[in-house]
Amino acid sequence: MSVDFGYLDRAAKKEIRRCALKALAIPGHQVPYASREMPIGRGFGTGGLQVTLALIGPSDVLKVIDQGSDDSVNAVNLRDFITTTCPGVTTTVRTQDASMVQTRHRIPERPLTAEQILVLQVPYPDSLVVVESSEARRRVMHGEQDYARLLVKLYEDLVRFREITISHRYPTRINGHYVIDPSPIPRWDVPKLNMSETMFIFGAGREKKIYAVPPHTRAEPLAFDDVPFRTEDFRDGNGKRRQCVHCGADDTFLDEIHGDGGVTHQCSDTDWCDQRRAAQPRHAEARHG
Amino acid sequence: MDEPVLVADGLTRIHGVGCDRCLETTGPLSDTNRCSACGAVVAMADVSFALHPGEILGVMGESGSGKSTLVKVLHGDLAPSAGSAWFTQGDTRHELFALNAAERRSLRDRAMGMVHQNPHLGLNFQVSCGGNVAERLLMAGERRFATIRQRAERLLARMQVPIERMDERPGAFSGGMQQRVQIAKALATDPPLLFLDEVTTGLDVSVQARILDLILELQRETGTAMIVVTHDLGVIRLLAGRTLVMRLGRVVESGLTDQILEDPAHPYTQQLVSAAL
Repeated sequence: MSVDFGYLDRAAKKEIRRCALKALAIPGHQVPYASREMPIGRGFGTGGLQVTLALIGPSDVLKVIDQGSDDSVNAVNLRDFITTTCPGVTTTVRTQDASMVQTRHRIPERPLTAEQILVLQVPYPDSLVVVESSEARRRVMHGEQDYARLLVKLYEDLVRFREITISHRYPTRINGHYVIDPSPIPRWDVPKLNMSETMFIFGAGREKKIYAVPPHTRAEPLAFDDVPFRTEDFRDGNGKRRQCVHCGADDTFLDEIHGDGGVTHQCSDTDWCDQRRAAQPRHAEARHG
Repeated sequence: MDEPVLVADGLTRIHGVGCDRCLETTGPLSDTNRCSACGAVVAMADVSFALHPGEILGVMGESGSGKSTLVKVLHGDLAPSAGSAWFTQGDTRHELFALNAAERRSLRDRAMGMVHQNPHLGLNFQVSCGGNVAERLLMAGERRFATIRQRAERLLARMQVPIERMDERPGAFSGGMQQRVQIAKALATDPPLLFLDEVTTGLDVSVQARILDLILELQRETGTAMIVVTHDLGVIRLLAGRTLVMRLGRVVESGLTDQILEDPAHPYTQQLVSAAL
């Protein structure tokens, strides 16, 4: 694939590709890289953007989402920027049509395939940052698999709340060694990293790190043997699973919407929700009637 | 006699570049631990001893005599400049300084305990007392929550920490209680070797007595070998069977504690003993 394409210069592209390859070769290990200045501020997805720009080619079909939505400001701006600077690249909102997906805070509901690459924007790459402030010491801890202090956090949660209260950025052990911060995806999405068909590349622009979960690699959320990991259950006060108000799905990650009509729930993955509604007969009739 | 748990041979720690003349220009005879040739500080030189299972070895000396350096080197917090140490566990003999960092840490997490003078060094004040004990168990590879919880309860109860307060943070406790939590944490994995670095310094006398009693009881129950570092002759007299006396990084006298306290041979020890009386 050519290095003379799109926004990034040759040297940047080669370096980021090298780092991504290294990250794939050592699953879960954070590879430092020279994060470039981007025309958007650090913290707005520069890490994911650089990985996308380093990997994308003229024949790629790109989908960009933010919190599951294709229409939010961050996603729209990144998509516009990439199509403006990379001639030939087309975009889509349909997950199954995309060859690359850049995402912030969600993994699409539709299972991804071996032909697709998912790029995640990461604010905090290091899972240990909550227990150790020195980066030098964190590196030694990663090398020695010294993750006891993360488990102490889980212990404290269980003692105080009888429940592990981490809602996103759930520490996850990759291939039996490195524990990563899987970026602020909800717990719901963590199992999707495990033995996946597709590859996940994480880019942290401000922190200058790239790491990856290659296909067919174990990704195990930290837990105790007798207190297993669990995802959000979305049950209401009566123990009933909540549904999406638009498509009726009861097996997706839901957003809670506070509006005039009180609190409602809807699919966080808008593309999944739209495609489900389009396939429903009631919806098709309404459109033709 | 049983095979020693720990054998130290010629342990030396020099701060600075060091030169050939460091050892000959320092020590009690030269009355300094700074090398006159190169300016390096000899914190500890040529310390050798053997520690047997269930034995308590006292290390006595004034500030700057190298006693804390000795413990730090053996515990793996500080690398020695020279010397070796063997740690025996079951049928395996480990050369402590030949292990790589990960092996060293794993051995320390499972087989050694350390109690510091300052509870802030040994305890994490951001998590509960139970969580502190749990940390040691998690380090040693325990992954069952219920087991960790039970074991933490038992250990804290054994150290006379009220169980109903085990989910409070150490900051809510008195100094003596913090020290007992620290000992419970150090003992979490039933280590065959325990280091006690000035554990009772700064506590009032009645609290000191209670902690020393507990340490003696524990030692009788579990047969844990201990190295007790202190400048307090009372602690040495009560706990240690054998004692090393250190001055300016060197061992100036060693032997049975009673003998050293009743009939000190080295002028420095004589001075120490008479000063305490």
